[in-house]
Amino acid sequence: MELAGLTIHALHAKLVSHEITATALTEAVLARLAAVEERVHAYITVTPELARQQAAAADEAFARGEICSPLQGIPLAIKDNICTKGIRTTCASRILANFVPPYDATVMQRLKAAGAVCVGKANMDEFAMGSSTENSAFGPARNPWGDLGYVPGGSSGGPAAAVAADACIAALGSDTGGSIRLPAALTGVVGLKPTYGRVSRFGLVAFASSLDQIGPLTKDVRDAAILMQAIAGHDIYDSTSGDVAVPDYSQVLERDIRGMRLGVPREYFVAGMDQEVEGAVRTGIETIRTLGAELVDVSLPHTRYAVATYYILANAEASSNLARYDGVRYGVRTTQAANLLDMYMRTRAEGFGAEVKRRIMLGTYALSTGYYDAYYKKAQQLRTLFRQDFHQAFTQCDALLAPVSPTAAFRLGERLEDPLQMYLADVFTIPVNLAGLPAISIPCGLTRQTLPIGLQMIAPPFREATLLQIAAAFEAATDFHTRKPPLLVDC
Amino acid sequence: MISEAQMEHVAQLARLALSPEEKQRLTEQLNAILSYMDQLNEVSTDGVEPTAHVLDLVNVLRDDTVRQTLRADEALANAPETAQHFFVVPRIVE
Repeated sequence: MELAGLTIHALHAKLVSHEITATALTEAVLARLAAVEERVHAYITVTPELARQQAAAADEAFARGEICSPLQGIPLAIKDNICTKGIRTTCASRILANFVPPYDATVMQRLKAAGAVCVGKANMDEFAMGSSTENSAFGPARNPWGDLGYVPGGSSGGPAAAVAADACIAALGSDTGGSIRLPAALTGVVGLKPTYGRVSRFGLVAFASSLDQIGPLTKDVRDAAILMQAIAGHDIYDSTSGDVAVPDYSQVLERDIRGMRLGVPREYFVAGMDQEVEGAVRTGIETIRTLGAELVDVSLPHTRYAVATYYILANAEASSNLARYDGVRYGVRTTQAANLLDMYMRTRAEGFGAEVKRRIMLGTYALSTGYYDAYYKKAQQLRTLFRQDFHQAFTQCDALLAPVSPTAAFRLGERLEDPLQMYLADVFTIPVNLAGLPAISIPCGLTRQTLPIGLQMIAPPFREATLLQIAAAFEAATDFHTRKPPLLVDC
Repeated sequence: MISEAQMEHVAQLARLALSPEEKQRLTEQLNAILSYMDQLNEVSTDGVEPTAHVLDLVNVLRDDTVRQTLRADEALANAPETAQHFFVVPRIVE
């Protein structure tokens, strides 16, 4: 197989044994990226010069016998809402089209210290608001699967498409309501949303600060464990990051799951769900049962209120967070201002896209005098009930098994005119963010149109190791993670 | 139901200049979304404490020591207009 199609751990073995160099690997990934990018549009900014410099530095370290991590010399894609010092970071927004961060996000500092290579900044929905990556000011990313006419999911559609198309080895995304897991499911890769507080948010451009988390998108579960190991842990620059010891994730990957109790939430199998998706998810759950786990029927009674609760809370936080884009300290300023207020109003009108404006308006309304209790406070109370639902479920089981999305990928444009329909794609991913839990999406099937289907696993706070253990056991018993998008095979 | 006049007020609060077409479309879309959100009223939340944050953190403190921060020129490098280490905005007082 081409180098760009391999996993981090397979490539690490080749790098360590001097079978390949980081430079050769980086050139292979850049060549693959160039071959598929026109059709997939997974990137906003490609950074070949930086990648070559970092690869050369990694090769020098290998030549000296220095191996500081399994990521040394591995080409990665970084979602374009994660600050990269000296590299444009746009959040897929016109308003930040010229923004060059003067500092690295903590996760970037850690990846640099690990010797990783950055090949580019990946496409996304503007400010991570969306479920399809169609809300990018730089044009939509496309799903490498099917006939290339489907969305990759969102908002981390660029990172997911890049991993699926072998236009990088692995990627970092962010997940506020499903933005890692949904695109991972829809493009057939592994996506892990860590516990709130497991990974530092310092340098992640804020969307909804009480929900956002950075996490890996990878070609298999072991790679997800490797990336998590590199980025997890407390950070003095993020006071919400947990001061909780990070276990050695690689230790759990070959542990069997016999005797584990796994809950299947009945509210996650709803009328109107796609039959092929439900079939693949149920078959996946049955596979896990045959590996020795015991299945338990559990209830998460407030599930149907997740979308309404989330879109009040997330948009309220977003309307506050996005107040900083005022054309004063960074970003693009209007050229038409008559006075200061006019400058603010026009800068924001010209700089933000339709979905971002819609959410700012919704959030501002929900926080405004007279509506605060009816919307914002009510949603915060519902959030308590979501936490209680999961807490209750976890008294009966070690983790939960569920679908990621009610459907496989949908066509570009299909849901653009109906924001509510778009929001409903997140019904099974949102509750996890509301409760701050870790969850993973792994590939569990393909539809007749060769569109991937994801299986979601959800664990109690800081139990990422449990997710990786179950996911690795499932992966060892199946071959869905080895499939490649057929239309891009000969690029 | 939100009226277009209310939309205008919210747009002012949000510092967003909206075109008449945007205002009309957003009014329709927000009304549809808000009526969907009204389903939350089916759930009794009497006596339920609101959750602002999932972590039980209070007052995270650090030592009061000087650390490396951005230099002024780095902090100003992305600004649309600067002068003598200041951000420049359109005139506020006539």
